[in-house]
Amino acid sequence: MTLQQEAVRSTAIQRISTGRRIKDHLVRGLVYLAFALAVVPLVSVLWLVISNGMARFDLEFLTHSMRGIGARDAGGGAYHAIIGTLEQVLLASLISVPIGLFTAIYLVEYGSGGRLSRAISFFVDVMTGVPSVVAGLFVLAFWILVLGMPYSGWAGAMALSVLMMPTVVRSAEEMLRLVPNDLREASYALGVPKWRTIVKVVLPTAFTGIVTGVMLAIARVAGETAPLLLTVFFTDSINNNPFSGPQMGLPLYVFDQAGRPNDTAIDRAWTGALTLILIVMLLNLAARLIAWWRAPAKGR
Amino acid sequence: MAIETTTRGGGPATRRSASRRTYGEGLFRYVSTGAGITLLGIMAAIAVFLIAEAIPALQANKGSFFTDLIWDPNGSQVFGIGALAFGTVLSSMIAIFIATPIAVGVALFISHYAPRRLAGPLGYLIDLLAAVPSVVYGLWGLAFLVPVLREPSQWLNDTFGWFPLFAGEGAIGGKTMLAGGVVLAIMILPIIAAIAREIFLQVPKTNEEAALALGATRWEVIRMAVLPFGRPGVISAAMLGLGRAMGETIAVALIFPATFDITFRILTPHGNSIAANIANGFGEATPIGRGALIASGLVLFVITLLVNMAARMIINRRKEFSGADS
Repeated sequence: MTLQQEAVRSTAIQRISTGRRIKDHLVRGLVYLAFALAVVPLVSVLWLVISNGMARFDLEFLTHSMRGIGARDAGGGAYHAIIGTLEQVLLASLISVPIGLFTAIYLVEYGSGGRLSRAISFFVDVMTGVPSVVAGLFVLAFWILVLGMPYSGWAGAMALSVLMMPTVVRSAEEMLRLVPNDLREASYALGVPKWRTIVKVVLPTAFTGIVTGVMLAIARVAGETAPLLLTVFFTDSINNNPFSGPQMGLPLYVFDQAGRPNDTAIDRAWTGALTLILIVMLLNLAARLIAWWRAPAKGR
Repeated sequence: MAIETTTRGGGPATRRSASRRTYGEGLFRYVSTGAGITLLGIMAAIAVFLIAEAIPALQANKGSFFTDLIWDPNGSQVFGIGALAFGTVLSSMIAIFIATPIAVGVALFISHYAPRRLAGPLGYLIDLLAAVPSVVYGLWGLAFLVPVLREPSQWLNDTFGWFPLFAGEGAIGGKTMLAGGVVLAIMILPIIAAIAREIFLQVPKTNEEAALALGATRWEVIRMAVLPFGRPGVISAAMLGLGRAMGETIAVALIFPATFDITFRILTPHGNSIAANIANGFGEATPIGRGALIASGLVLFVITLLVNMAARMIINRRKEFSGADS
């Protein structure tokens, strides 16, 4: 910058006027300020969750349910909610990963810009914007009210899978598009049919990227409360079977405890939030690490 | 496995293997196409089932769904979406007005100001904001933001009380529209920032270099080359954020005091939204009440669908802006 200015001065072209320079510095300051402003809530949230959550982050919290815990009692835990969340998220992945992956395969390998593939592509994008509460209402209307099924972990998993699918499709599609066409053509040249090329060449090449995308999708839905509220309902007891009876989910547990008036419940809510953030952040971090560890391989 | 041996064997087996090959090929194609169509089907099914379950409740409504400011489907069976829809739009607007400038600043910081080596990790830091679950933001809003906003709210009210948004007597601060709007702004900021960042990075280098060659300062480069190129992308990013803010449920369900009135006074303890009302009202809803909540969800679905489709159309007009990761 100074060199530039020197050069400018020496060629007798007018140097950058004070007004322009001040404006430039002002904008730089504003941009830095914007970034700082964005980081403040992150730090504040993490600090508050950790400092308030550590009080009850003990073995009892992780291994006990809320069964038989009175309104004002201390103690109790989120074991039932953790089990519920793990099962619901697993089931949601079992539904949405195959559908999402095959949709991505269709878009990349078979669709070839036709009308159907453009429609699917557009609505996948639109589907990412479906509010989570609407996904919950959908499963409530379809599964519980029309089909007359009871509230269950499985119903919650269906609602979560609606939210997961578009994320899985987009990330898988992106990864499949990164697979060089030369690999496909080499496989065709050996007489391998297209579907086996996809299974044996394209998918293994894109595998790590797809895993990263799926983990990010899981991290996204693991923290969703609204769909669970409408489909899983509440329970204070351990229910290991996601196909029968109300279950609990960790986000739902936090919401439930936060709504209770006692300090002991608020403490449990914070610890629940800490557990939830730990799970989500670890998934996120693991996904990024896989992506990062994978990245240098591209250059080889 | 079977196919490999038959093809290697050649001779008489070739025909059988060929038919099996096309069989596998066909199956795979059908499964992939079927998965794609399933996705379209789910979108259609969402609309169909919400409508089917909303109709009985709407027929039982003794008031007007679009004009009444009461929500009492369980008792008197009078309910109207007006106040809820208003709250949804107002709180999302507050969020957009706060989040968009900051998000554009963050995106510019990462694309044009931060040292190259730090840009990646710093961008990830912003993405982490999106990884915090909604319910945690709700807790944080109640415990931290609501008390913190009390004094600035009082100051705004004292100084700019003549301005309708900041008007109001008596109770200022607390569980207000402003608090909800700020929490929503924090939640949508990473989405807008991520898309804007992607677009700013796609500005043709030649445009920027041309501006630099004319002696432009960094701000002038941004004003003349980066912002004009990125404008449609930023607009659609803001719209995607708007859609997200309108559908956000649990955080605002914890913060809003669940009032049913239409007021622009964002500093007084008023506020509700369609999504928050669903979360708060579902527990004690009768069958009619559930239908009413589903009807309100249908309205939310339609509004967010329109906002999202408009945003996607703007993005798709310029293919290079995918915005896929949002």
